[in-house]
Amino acid sequence: MKKLMVLGATSGIAQAVQRKVAQEGKELLLVARSADRLEVLRQDLLVRGAVNVFTFAMDMDDIAQHAHLVQFAQKNFAGFDTLLLAYGSMLDQTQCDHSGELTAQQLHTDFVSAAALLTAFTDYFEFRKSGCMAVITSVAGDRIRRSNYVYGTAKGALTLFLAGLRSRLRCAGVKVLTIKPGPVNTAMTAHLSNSEKFADPELVARDICRALERQSPEIVYTPGIWRYIMQAVRAIPEPIFNWLVSRHGPAAARPKKS
Amino acid sequence: MQSKDAPLAVADSGYTSWGRYPRVAHEAVFRVDWSQQVFPLLQQAAPASLLPYGLGRSYGDLCLNAGRSLVDCSHLNHFLAADFQEGWVRCEAGATMADILSLIVPKGWFLPVTPGTKFVTVGGAIANDVHGKNHHRAGTFGCHVRKLALCRSDAEVVTCGPSENAGLFNATIGGLGLTGVILWAEIQLKAIQGIGIDLDVLPFTSLEKFLALTVESDQDYEYTVAWLDCLTAGRQRGIFFRGNHSAAPFPKIRAHKSPRVPFDFPEWTLNRFTMKALNAGYYWRNRHKKNRPLVAYDPFFYPLDSIQQWNRVYGKQGFLQYQCVVPEHSFAAFEQLMELVSQSGRGSFLAVLKRFGSRKSPGLLSFPRPGLTLALDFPMHGEATLRLLETMDDVILKGGGAIYPAKDARMSPAMFEASFPEWRKLRPYIDKKLSSSLWRRVTEGLQP
Repeated sequence: MKKLMVLGATSGIAQAVQRKVAQEGKELLLVARSADRLEVLRQDLLVRGAVNVFTFAMDMDDIAQHAHLVQFAQKNFAGFDTLLLAYGSMLDQTQCDHSGELTAQQLHTDFVSAAALLTAFTDYFEFRKSGCMAVITSVAGDRIRRSNYVYGTAKGALTLFLAGLRSRLRCAGVKVLTIKPGPVNTAMTAHLSNSEKFADPELVARDICRALERQSPEIVYTPGIWRYIMQAVRAIPEPIFNWLVSRHGPAAARPKKS
Repeated sequence: MQSKDAPLAVADSGYTSWGRYPRVAHEAVFRVDWSQQVFPLLQQAAPASLLPYGLGRSYGDLCLNAGRSLVDCSHLNHFLAADFQEGWVRCEAGATMADILSLIVPKGWFLPVTPGTKFVTVGGAIANDVHGKNHHRAGTFGCHVRKLALCRSDAEVVTCGPSENAGLFNATIGGLGLTGVILWAEIQLKAIQGIGIDLDVLPFTSLEKFLALTVESDQDYEYTVAWLDCLTAGRQRGIFFRGNHSAAPFPKIRAHKSPRVPFDFPEWTLNRFTMKALNAGYYWRNRHKKNRPLVAYDPFFYPLDSIQQWNRVYGKQGFLQYQCVVPEHSFAAFEQLMELVSQSGRGSFLAVLKRFGSRKSPGLLSFPRPGLTLALDFPMHGEATLRLLETMDDVILKGGGAIYPAKDARMSPAMFEASFPEWRKLRPYIDKKLSSSLWRRVTEGLQP
């Protein structure tokens, strides 16, 4: 990997990945909504050793803006070899329960816009016949739970989409990497109870960087133990699973009142 | 959708101090990830309701705000600028000593002053005006802060330094986090030739011998400190460590996963017998004078960091740390203290002794002053432990000494007044929206 584009550079996991990549003296293009925050990130990564850091402010949820990013990348970040999609949102499930609009919004941000943005760059990767498209989905997409099923649906759909991209890009020699973190301690999950027990973004970033440098595997769970946890969870028949979940209530993913 | 600058409320779990005593509940905890989020938080806050929180390595209640709120600043950790020719770095206040070291060491620089753990934030290091094994040469952390930026409820960003808003600068150093939320700080670094430390290990068998050793060693050695066995009645034996940065090449340090204490040990784990055994074992292992040529800097400066969450060994009860300083001529006070501790059988494995130098810190409430400092841990066994520490306070008071707020959970207002007779000078600089459990405790009943 020499030139990395990060979509959602202000996210907790993305920042941890960017820092590791910067230390190795690579080039980065950071994409996020806030120009101010992008500037802070740019300075941070330059201090840490990045050779070059470009920034592009846009709302990735707005599909009409995607073409501008593609043009910017062609002009200023030509020849980039790795793309990491790290943006997402986590709306309150209890609110989504009663609002079609919020449900649609969550699905749009985390799945529809992501699929569209990946599509905007697929031709580029298909043409150059090498490189890696990496996307952070979630273990929440492996098995749907009552406590965050809209979020889980979006991430699960994205995982499926990536499987499709993978089969499309196989002959072109482009790697499609699906990254499935368990719960990670970032600003997105900070409102949940017990969030300090979630995985450290540093460790997740280490796993991601390792996966980006390797050819395989193309589906990575981080921390690694989640691969086995989800295998076991997926094996539970749905009626039993639903009964188990209902017994323990909407578990960890519930905002805590202190 | 929440505005991205709106304060993010998080659960109050895991926000303790290092000694885990006292345990308090907070009304709210806010998390900031970006500097712009701080000012709106301060503006909206009720008077005396907030306190910045870093990594909670203060031992007592300095970093706690019982019944009120905290601002978790530990994610405000970006680097803003650095100059590896002149040797300085500017970083947000949530960056840790560990973060800075991993950036600067490969480039031939080191921290000018470092406390005994690298898991403290720059903000915490400034608010406590921390010191290290080289105080006799380099003074405190605050001596090496070139400038800093504060966010106050009445001003979004105030830059201060020795020649700019100097009053506020001096108040912020050692200012217990009460003068505002530190947004960033610029730290002067120290050039090093290599990452190893030339280390000498010298056992001693009395406090007088320690004093002689340190007076001699402080001339030629940058880093000096002693571990003391405080559980043997009568004689005080210990191990003296002295070291200098080494120019010799050091083999590459392998990154290793440090073990973590996974749960709170039961309360009886650290008792009079196990601790005596631990002490005897440690002294035995180090009893021969050693000129070990080279050790890596990490285990020399941060021996306990290799075990994550070692504070859990003390169990759910938590523990108290008692760190005091007395002028050199009141040295006998330490012998009295040692008597008290060994009689009570309540002391612990970790007793550290060091001679402070005379380099003055700019901080108004700076703890280190010329003399000798002693730090002891005590498992919290309720009233008996608190009574013991009170009798120790009397000894220190008579000796003209002081207690270190960063370690304190229980000193009385009278003891605080005796330790920091100039404390009132801090008052005008305290931001009206900020307060802490420690501040309310140690200033209760004192004349403003």
